[in-house]
Amino acid sequence: MMEALNAGLALLLLALAVWTIVARDAFAAVAGFIAYGLLLTLAWVQLSGVDVALTEAAIGGGLTGALLIGAVGRLRDTEATARVERPKALTRALAALVAGAVTVALALCVLTLPDPAPTLAPDVAANIAATGVGNPITAVLLAFRAMDTLLEAIVLVFALIGVWSLAPDRAWGGRPGVRHVADPNGILAYIARVLPPIGIIVGMYIFWAGADHPGGKFQGATILAAMWLLVMMAGLTDAPPISRAWLRIGLVAGPLVFIAIGLAGAVTAGAFLAYPDGYAKPLIIVIELALMPTLALILALLLVGAPQRTIQR
Amino acid sequence: MSVALNVLTVVAVVAGAFFFLAGTVGLLRFPDTLTRLHALTKADNLGLGLVVLGLLPHVGSVLAGIKLVAIWLLVLLSGAVASQLIARATRQRDPNA
Amino acid sequence: MNEATLFALCAVLLVGAGLYGLIVNPHPLRKILAFNVVGSGVFLLLGAIARRGAGAGFGGDPVPQALLITGIVVAFSATALAVALLLRLHDAAGSVTLASEVPPKVEPDAGSR
Repeated sequence: MMEALNAGLALLLLALAVWTIVARDAFAAVAGFIAYGLLLTLAWVQLSGVDVALTEAAIGGGLTGALLIGAVGRLRDTEATARVERPKALTRALAALVAGAVTVALALCVLTLPDPAPTLAPDVAANIAATGVGNPITAVLLAFRAMDTLLEAIVLVFALIGVWSLAPDRAWGGRPGVRHVADPNGILAYIARVLPPIGIIVGMYIFWAGADHPGGKFQGATILAAMWLLVMMAGLTDAPPISRAWLRIGLVAGPLVFIAIGLAGAVTAGAFLAYPDGYAKPLIIVIELALMPTLALILALLLVGAPQRTIQR
Repeated sequence: MSVALNVLTVVAVVAGAFFFLAGTVGLLRFPDTLTRLHALTKADNLGLGLVVLGLLPHVGSVLAGIKLVAIWLLVLLSGAVASQLIARATRQRDPNA
Repeated sequence: MNEATLFALCAVLLVGAGLYGLIVNPHPLRKILAFNVVGSGVFLLLGAIARRGAGAGFGGDPVPQALLITGIVVAFSATALAVALLLRLHDAAGSVTLASEVPPKVEPDAGSR
């Protein structure tokens, strides 16, 4: 029974991926891609990766889909021009050959994977009690591989700086995106008033439950970012100018706290990002609480884009 | 007692699946956007509601059951808002549709 | 075949399909979409490998799964940067072609939407 379900899921995934590649209209391709992301969530559940499924649904399906739909809307008039540039049949055949060769090589690697599979699960299970958290993914993210999470937060800040650097000179320091206007009595304004309180509670719950159950700060921060984006899209608030001090402090506060705790660990426990005995759980909570606002700000601002409006002084 | 609950689950989930199927057929076969929205909201409201109803006897605790119902209510809310916005945009783009 | 091998082979096909779309589609936004398909295929492959490493009471090896969460977030930020670059190119140059000469603009056909 499960095999039939998995086989059907895999076939649907392939069909949607092919649709994303060959669809004529870019909007149809993006719609197919969003459905593909949501089906991928089901695939993750079948592979026993519930935390990854939550992240894929929130970021892979939700935020990436919203980003691409916005881009499709702005680039609508370039599609016909680009269609003229389609490569000739020879290029297409060569591309199919290259793609086929890569596929065959990877499939051979998959079929000759070592058995029994090497795994770090016993090591994680042996050491998880010292971290004080019950969810092994959270333990890996914030205790065993905390360096990766720190570097990831810094990479996100860099990506945001990269997006901001694309502002035209006159708009530097100004507000990103366009000012959305919606009927203040309309349904978009209604949902932007009703949903954010619920969304904030759900986001905080997923963050807090991530200690012992599937969840965590990435998924929680994505929901908070989505609520802020909803309020901005309904015109109830405007995107902040990127020169605001509170925004910039909020963006660096998370990584700075993380680095500070890492340096404190170097002093008290012998290695960067080592936790002293018995202090692992409180330190993990402090890091997560500091990183969550930073992540929510970064994810929302990555979606809004580069500054485009001059700030009125 | 558990036999009756299992029968309820099977009947409710099959009925919910039927409404999902009907909604999908409507999406594929109806002529324009507004009628397709009408078909989809049936899948959202009735289909998901019946599936949730069918799963309720099997959850472990009252809190989990409340979470399932809350999920259904949130899907109802977001589906209704999205349908209204799409319908309004369709009406503005083509007043004769 | 168990689900890990099934989804690993599915992931390999996704990588191939995305690679073909990346090379063939001329519009940069479609290239970004194809690149995301390749990325998700790679993630699915790593997830299948994590599933094979199940043990000690966990359904899958937690270390690759934690790396996947990191990867999905960073892939989104890379996509956001790529889309911002594309929109800036469109604002600055009026077209999004990657060719050396700007092709003549083609009006969108009236029946396309």
